[in-house]
Amino acid sequence: MSQNYRLDKVGLINRGKKISFKFNGKKYFGYEGDTLASALIANGVHLVGRSFKYHRPRGFFGVGADEPYAIVQLYRNGETDPNCRATEQELFDGLEAKSVNCWPSVNFDIGAINNFLNRFFPAGFYYKTFMWPKSFWYKVYEPFIRRAAGFGVASTKHDKERYEHKYEYCDLLVAGSGPSGLASAYAASKNGAKIILAEDKPRFGGSLLTSEANIGNQSGKEWVDKIIAELKEMPNVIVKNRAQVFGYYDHNMLVMTERINDHLPKSKKYSPKQRLWYIRAKEAVISSGSIERPIVFGNNDTPGVVLASAAREYLKVYGVLVGKKPLIFTNNDSAYETAIEFKKNGVWPIVLDTRSNPDSETINEAKSMGINIKFSHVVIAAKGYKKVKSAEIAKISKDKKDLGKIENIECDCICVSGFWTPTIHLASQSGNKTKFNENIDAFIPDKVKQKETTLGSANGIFTLEETLKTSFEAGYEISKKITNKENKITAPQVSEKKQVKHDKFWCVPLPKNKTYKRFLDFQNDVVVTDVELALREGYRSIEHVKRYTTLGMATDQGKTSNLNGLQLVSNIENKIIPAVGHTTFRPPYTPVTIGAIVGREVGKHSKPTRKSPMHLWHEKHDAVFVDAGVWLRPRYYKQGNEGLFEASRREAENVRKNVGVCDVTTLGKIDIKGPDAAELLNRVYTNAWLKLPVGKARYGVMLREDGIVMDDGTTTRISENHYHMTTTTAQAANVLSHLEYYLQIVWPELNVNVVSTTEQWAGAAIAGPNSRKLLQKLFSNMDVSNQGLPFMGYVEGNLFGVYARIFRISFSGELAYEVNVESDNGNFMWEKIIEAGKEFDIQPYGTEALSTLRIEMGHVAGSELDGRTIPYDTGLQGMVSQKKDFIGKRSLNREAFIAGDRQKVVGVVPLDKKTSIPEGSQLVKDANAKLPNPKLGHISASCWSVEYNNPFSLAIIKDGKNMIGQKLFALSPLKNKSIPVEIVSSHYVDPKGERVRS
Amino acid sequence: MLHIKCPYCGMRSQNEFAYGGDATVKRPELNKEVSDEEWNKFVYLRKSPRGKHLELWHHISGCRQWFKVQRDTITHEIFKTAEISEDI
Repeated sequence: MSQNYRLDKVGLINRGKKISFKFNGKKYFGYEGDTLASALIANGVHLVGRSFKYHRPRGFFGVGADEPYAIVQLYRNGETDPNCRATEQELFDGLEAKSVNCWPSVNFDIGAINNFLNRFFPAGFYYKTFMWPKSFWYKVYEPFIRRAAGFGVASTKHDKERYEHKYEYCDLLVAGSGPSGLASAYAASKNGAKIILAEDKPRFGGSLLTSEANIGNQSGKEWVDKIIAELKEMPNVIVKNRAQVFGYYDHNMLVMTERINDHLPKSKKYSPKQRLWYIRAKEAVISSGSIERPIVFGNNDTPGVVLASAAREYLKVYGVLVGKKPLIFTNNDSAYETAIEFKKNGVWPIVLDTRSNPDSETINEAKSMGINIKFSHVVIAAKGYKKVKSAEIAKISKDKKDLGKIENIECDCICVSGFWTPTIHLASQSGNKTKFNENIDAFIPDKVKQKETTLGSANGIFTLEETLKTSFEAGYEISKKITNKENKITAPQVSEKKQVKHDKFWCVPLPKNKTYKRFLDFQNDVVVTDVELALREGYRSIEHVKRYTTLGMATDQGKTSNLNGLQLVSNIENKIIPAVGHTTFRPPYTPVTIGAIVGREVGKHSKPTRKSPMHLWHEKHDAVFVDAGVWLRPRYYKQGNEGLFEASRREAENVRKNVGVCDVTTLGKIDIKGPDAAELLNRVYTNAWLKLPVGKARYGVMLREDGIVMDDGTTTRISENHYHMTTTTAQAANVLSHLEYYLQIVWPELNVNVVSTTEQWAGAAIAGPNSRKLLQKLFSNMDVSNQGLPFMGYVEGNLFGVYARIFRISFSGELAYEVNVESDNGNFMWEKIIEAGKEFDIQPYGTEALSTLRIEMGHVAGSELDGRTIPYDTGLQGMVSQKKDFIGKRSLNREAFIAGDRQKVVGVVPLDKKTSIPEGSQLVKDANAKLPNPKLGHISASCWSVEYNNPFSLAIIKDGKNMIGQKLFALSPLKNKSIPVEIVSSHYVDPKGERVRS
Repeated sequence: MLHIKCPYCGMRSQNEFAYGGDATVKRPELNKEVSDEEWNKFVYLRKSPRGKHLELWHHISGCRQWFKVQRDTITHEIFKTAEISEDI
């Protein structure tokens, strides 16, 4: 298909490079430098999608981020992206795009029936309809809404692209490279400030690319090129295009997305697709410009109705005509520049101006070119379904209430201009309260909250001369504050045409007996009558009107609709606009991809992975790993066809029978040193610590101030003032912070230092009746007898030339030792243990066997110390000293904690001795009782007891030990199980604890 | 994201720190009779002031020091940071 709407010479595109692309399966051509939108318009394609609610045909309305409807599903390099604005997507070879919101096709869309059923889809339709009957929600309404909602379909495949994050600091971030941005960045950079200049579009210059004004003796475009070239050469300036500053956060943190490869068929090697910049700027200049706002009239959403400024940009930047019979509908001077531009390229426009007889340089120029101008005229409605074919126009009375005789005039596009709305999103996000400016009928930033300055048309200044003057000045003043330098450059001379005041007119009244839809919000299909209805129904706050009607919501965030919505509310309510106020602007200004937000933190990089020094050995010996916090721990070592159950049972049995070795490197370790170390431990733990001799370990329990158990572990006195504390794997970081809190804030008089040594030591637990024989073999010169190294004893040894710490502690309930060596020697230690242990039938065991061993011994762990239990609940009452004070002690006297029937830890065995009880099962008296069945407790941990060869569980149950001997039911509705059980003692194996002392 | 001046390390981004609550809370002394009411106040009751708030932060991904921050709870403005032993 040929590009019938492309001009021969005009524009900044590269006609030397033709680019082929596909839209809805059909092949087209465009040029390098086109956007998907400009290339489609060049090919005469105006129908891009269907609207959200009524499925009306939709085309292009804007030319950039303001675009409410030209949203497509994009295909690039085998991947797909939803929600892409065709006006922003640059063309690349092989680009494919499809329309959204239509089925079976954009030309014939069944959903368009909604357009005729529209009286059933008023404002608040969803709230009114989907309320009842309640049972319809899951099966009927939700699936319907889910199918109808959204713009496109997210890919379910893994995204192969790379996204990066970058942190940057600068003196001044300038958001927007229009006249104010360039001027302030240039002035500030010349004064030595470190600058980042960000431009959303591929081309720098903003409004200067389409302006006829001259700066000095250069055109706007020439001046832009010169300034940008100069800035790029400066070492203190970073210049970025395709970079949208989308959010203004606390303490002058601004966030920007840079689209690095989106405009190429595929990403360059070693280059991310997009980069997210976190920029901490000492000062920010908001030079985000302004967006033209529409005038509201009948069928103003018909493809071919575009903003006048967009039509001008398509023409001057892309050399594309949005139509060949343009109608220009305006209330101000700026749209005349569009008319003049059409005329210069041989197309005769007709201008309808709502004003009665304005007189300005621009209008006079248009007149002198012979352009047909009709003053006091309005467009009543666009005619045509999939494209504008004609327009109903009429004269309008001075008070803008009465319409004259309706005329029908032929046209193929309507370029509309209702004056300009400053883009105040960033300023508002910063916390700026904004104020209404009567002269421009729009909000501008008011009192600055953070360190930002809004310049140019974003600040309501619409002449180039004033913009450049104030921006050069601002750039200098801001930089001076930071650099203390005084290199000032003056603003260049500007020649531009003078404009006269716009008309406050914004909405064309409906003629009698006509019911044209007049759209306020194009993306969400909000029409004038929707807002009227919302107000009739009693919605007053603009925030409520927004949510009820969806005005200004969704991906364009009301860039073209907000002010007209406010106008309407203010008219009906008979309030001035500032009294209505505006809704809150929230980041992001434009949609940001999830990829950019998460950056590199995907898959296995979403959190750090910690591995013990013995990890490779585990891998080589068929370990199956499990996540333990950020650590990877062997869950079991697979032999042959074994699964989890068989392997863990074998490993646990071997510990009870022979000897096993378990990697316990992940346990938290804290080195505690200082003359007051014992005193600290005595305050932190519930039991007594002042008399622990050197060379002895002790088990300790620590509480939070509210009396809940925080953590447990053993601490060993290495020397007079030196202790080695262990914590659980999960709580290691919290315990360190906890100790630091008390040492630095509560008891700074204690002379103690704490430091984490978790990663400095590799640990191996050797457990089982053969462990002493094995230890003797490992440390042949050492007395490892029950007298030489008694239970809870500690010695230092030499493991074949390597320094080792040996603790006689046990988690498994067997005779056991824990050996620590410096991490670098971890693998050496492990291999020595395995080698020496062969004759004693050693096997490594993983976390699953470890759990089995501790559960059947009744040792509590994380599943019992679950943030709700106190020492008395978990069988740790013997650990609580009555003689001294400690953290959390006062709480243990609270009424609820001393109540007799508190839930406590017990053991549970199924009556059939066969059925494993799922963890989390509820314990009840009567399995068939009426719901809600009173719950007595729950199963906290389950295992297969290797000692008795039947299932065994721990439970936390009301009235604890008094329940022993009772027959109850364990119910697991999730697993659909009801198991008759008996409550037994939690100490299922070796209740007297003889083995550990043997 | 807040920009916080650690009294020991200087200006750092919020993600290096952990928030530690009201800095004016004083733990009752050890081994002292404490009424239920007083203990309850210490463990559970915290003010939620609008405006200036003196709070604790912990430089967990830095020097691991706890310190005081005076911050506006509405605007997030940080007026002052200080070592624990200093008064704000």
